[in-house]
Amino acid sequence: MNVMTADVPSEDRFAAMLRTERMPHIWCPGCGIGSVVTCFIDAVRRSGVDQDKLAVVSGIGCSGRVAGYVNFDSIHATHGRAIPVATGLKLANPELTVVVISGDGDLISIGGNHFVHAARRNMDLVVICINNFTYGMTGGQVTPTTPGSATASTTPYGNYEYPLTLPFLADACGASYVARWTSLHARNITQSVEEALTRRGFSFIEVITPCTTLYLRRNRLGDGVDALQYYQNNSEILHGIDTRETAIELQGKIAVGKFVDREKPTYLDAVTRCNAKVIGDDYQLYGKTEPEKKSAEAKKTEDQVTAGPVSGGHS
Amino acid sequence: MNIVHADPRGVDSGAHFMDGDHAIAEGALAAGCRFFAGYPITPSTETAERFAERAPEVGAMFIQMEDEIASIAALIGAAWGGQKAMTVTSGPGFSLMMENIGLAAMTETPIVLANVQRGGPSTGLPTLTAQQDMFQARFGSHGDYNIIALCPDSPQECFDLTVEAFNLAETYRTPVFIMTDETVGHMHEKVVIPPADHIKVVERNLFTGPKEDFRPYRFDSQGGHPMARAGAGYRFHITGLTHDERGYPVMTAAQNQVVVTHLIEKINGNAECIIRLEEDQVEGAEVLVISYGITSRIAVRAIAEARKKDIKVGALRLITVWPFCERRIRELAGQVRAMVVAEINYGQMVREVERCAAGRCRVISVNHCGGAVHDPAVITQAIEEACR
Amino acid sequence: MMSTTEIRFSGFGGQGIIRCALITGKALSLYDDKFATMTQSFGPEARGSACSAQLVVSAQRILYPYITAPAVLMALSQGAYDKYHPEVIPGGTLIVEEDLVKLGDHDPRLQVWRVPATRVAESIGNRLFTNLVALGFFTAVTGVVTAEAMKRALPGLVPGRFLKVNISAFEKGYEHGVQARGAAAP
Ligand SMILES: Cc1ncc(C[n+]2csc(CCOP(=O)(O)OP(=O)(O)O)c2C)c(N)n1
Ligand code: SF4
Ligand SMILES: [Mg+2]
Repeated sequence: MNVMTADVPSEDRFAAMLRTERMPHIWCPGCGIGSVVTCFIDAVRRSGVDQDKLAVVSGIGCSGRVAGYVNFDSIHATHGRAIPVATGLKLANPELTVVVISGDGDLISIGGNHFVHAARRNMDLVVICINNFTYGMTGGQVTPTTPGSATASTTPYGNYEYPLTLPFLADACGASYVARWTSLHARNITQSVEEALTRRGFSFIEVITPCTTLYLRRNRLGDGVDALQYYQNNSEILHGIDTRETAIELQGKIAVGKFVDREKPTYLDAVTRCNAKVIGDDYQLYGKTEPEKKSAEAKKTEDQVTAGPVSGGHS
Repeated sequence: MNIVHADPRGVDSGAHFMDGDHAIAEGALAAGCRFFAGYPITPSTETAERFAERAPEVGAMFIQMEDEIASIAALIGAAWGGQKAMTVTSGPGFSLMMENIGLAAMTETPIVLANVQRGGPSTGLPTLTAQQDMFQARFGSHGDYNIIALCPDSPQECFDLTVEAFNLAETYRTPVFIMTDETVGHMHEKVVIPPADHIKVVERNLFTGPKEDFRPYRFDSQGGHPMARAGAGYRFHITGLTHDERGYPVMTAAQNQVVVTHLIEKINGNAECIIRLEEDQVEGAEVLVISYGITSRIAVRAIAEARKKDIKVGALRLITVWPFCERRIRELAGQVRAMVVAEINYGQMVREVERCAAGRCRVISVNHCGGAVHDPAVITQAIEEACR
Repeated sequence: MMSTTEIRFSGFGGQGIIRCALITGKALSLYDDKFATMTQSFGPEARGSACSAQLVVSAQRILYPYITAPAVLMALSQGAYDKYHPEVIPGGTLIVEEDLVKLGDHDPRLQVWRVPATRVAESIGNRLFTNLVALGFFTAVTGVVTAEAMKRALPGLVPGRFLKVNISAFEKGYEHGVQARGAAAP
């Protein structure tokens, strides 16, 4: 699909999308974050989106470090604030494709309110949540997605809170695209991300990933390979199911697939439509005023007159 | 530095009878601000309302975010997306913005924030005036950094200083605050908006060289290093972590020293260019009244009274509050018998005055907490006492 | 007249008191070549019954923005009259809405004007225009601001579709003021 770089060997194209000078990365062996990055880059490559017109914003956390390793315009924001930073970026420069990649704690706990409202506004963002059921960066505390009874450093006797089901949350808030995979489902993640990159509106992709060092170890769930085994045995592709049916219990079934895919005007569509109603058809965000347009027009005709009719352009 | 005339699109030239809050919105539009994100809070909301009303006409983006945290975060995104961006708030919202003010300072992102101050702490006095956030403006976010803060005393200055705030933000690549107050924010006076070609606007300094040469930072204690706009092909990376000139994290004490020194010195080192003061009869004064914002307009009455009693009183108005005018205060401390510092708080800027006067003259604080401007008689009394 | 004149417009919420001060301030500072500073009470009291807006008018730039010794008080409610008449300076001007304010024991040195603003407004169709009638009257009896300037100040401060009727309300009030002044002339 990416015609322009079709003749470049794929490893090079892959490397070009990473800040290779920053390697090695900080992630632990067996951690699932790297797999998500691989899928993401593969998806960008396939989508044909211009590398220079794509920006990545992350918050804080192990997952939040993604922005620092990918070779795009990238912002490593504060904890929880990736979505509003991305909102500003997108609205300031609508030609950008803006992707948020961050953790469950970052996006759903401290940043939960922003998540709710960006989805509600159908803000044109691709949000990838790396859900490892824990706060990795700070040492394995409980998060709003930690399954009931799993232990964490701050729930040493087991989690007694009710976890959030992210696809249901995103759906309820108005997201126009909702999918979930595990880090085992590399091809599916890539496909979902590619789909999200090429459609409009708020797209949410949850990826269940292993935090080997903290979550798995503390809960005696083995290593990265065991995690993939668990995903293999317990995930079931259920495209289009009711998102209320997607809750995850400790080592329980994981419903994966594309759950929501609906077209509706994005935030920018809505603003433009409203302002065009106020100002008239030639309303243009960051555009020119009537007098400016007229003077530009006038200048153009003037140039044409002085230059005379020439064939061809000099674009 | 690229100085141009204001884009006529944003400039509502002419004379207006306007309040300070509205004048801030007009100043922003005149300065080329095309992005506003905010959350309603008294007594600042009128700025947001004005911007929202004007946004379609000028092709600007207005978004009411879900809270103040999101608002300032959006500004940072918008600035790197290529727009000049602003928000307004008051005490409680200012508190919520603190963390990302730090991110803006750390990533050297030019943004403008107006704080229309009301009485605090906490919900305090939502509709009544105060100057209680002066130190929060300077030191409110964690860690060492620096900012610029301006203090208008009239709706006209709300306009003028908002334009200046944007210019300073671009010149030094830093957040700039307009620390006004409820009184000025809600006061109506004549505001003259000059024609666009009389308004000087500092344009964003954008890097135009080859991609491989681009560095988002240069730690030269100067500021104003060229930025990139997302989408322009430079593939910048910025982070709130301590970083090198490429923007990449460097987790060492030595690098923190480099970055923080730069952040502080780019403003302190240029203080003489940044600072604006208004002085009245300072030469030969025995007593110097120091004030800012609305309080300086209250102080004039007190000063006039004292002068009637043949007291030699000078007045110093801080138009730029941060960076603080250290050199001038040191100088004047050797010339006057006393400095009287009037402000609507428990005594904030007076600490700076004391620090710089360093015992060479008396420093008298005339303060009260939020809710009302001074009774001029109280300031007069302090002036009289200062001569004793 | 002193070089600085302080004016208080007062009444209850919803009477358009703030609007009166805005119109007058705009008229003075944009069309009468004067300086004007308008402040208003925000705060809980601004929502309740009493409502007040203050205007300092001067030939020079105004520094001190508040009123301390008003020369003119316009009171469109009993509460406003009761609350604010004691601060008016001796020889100052008091304008009250005839049907809404029962005069009490104010300083006899005040020059008192009573205007049937509500009735006049009703006669032209709606008591919503009471403030403009009162403002016309105020303009005529105080001479602080010119009628020309006041009328020029109206666009933008009253809804466009009501501009005409606001102007005629203002003019009606102004005529009443001119007559009252004529009647009071020695
Ligand atoms: C305001 C704030 N509070 C707390 C922290 C500490 N902190 C850093 S990362 C993190 C949790 C990250 O969890 P998650 O988003 O799930 O990312 P993970 O490390 O699991 O990938 C926390 C609490 C912070 N940096 N900022
Ligand atoms: S702590 Fe957990 S989430 Fe963080 S890098 Fe290690 S395995 Fe991954
Ligand atoms: Mg996590």
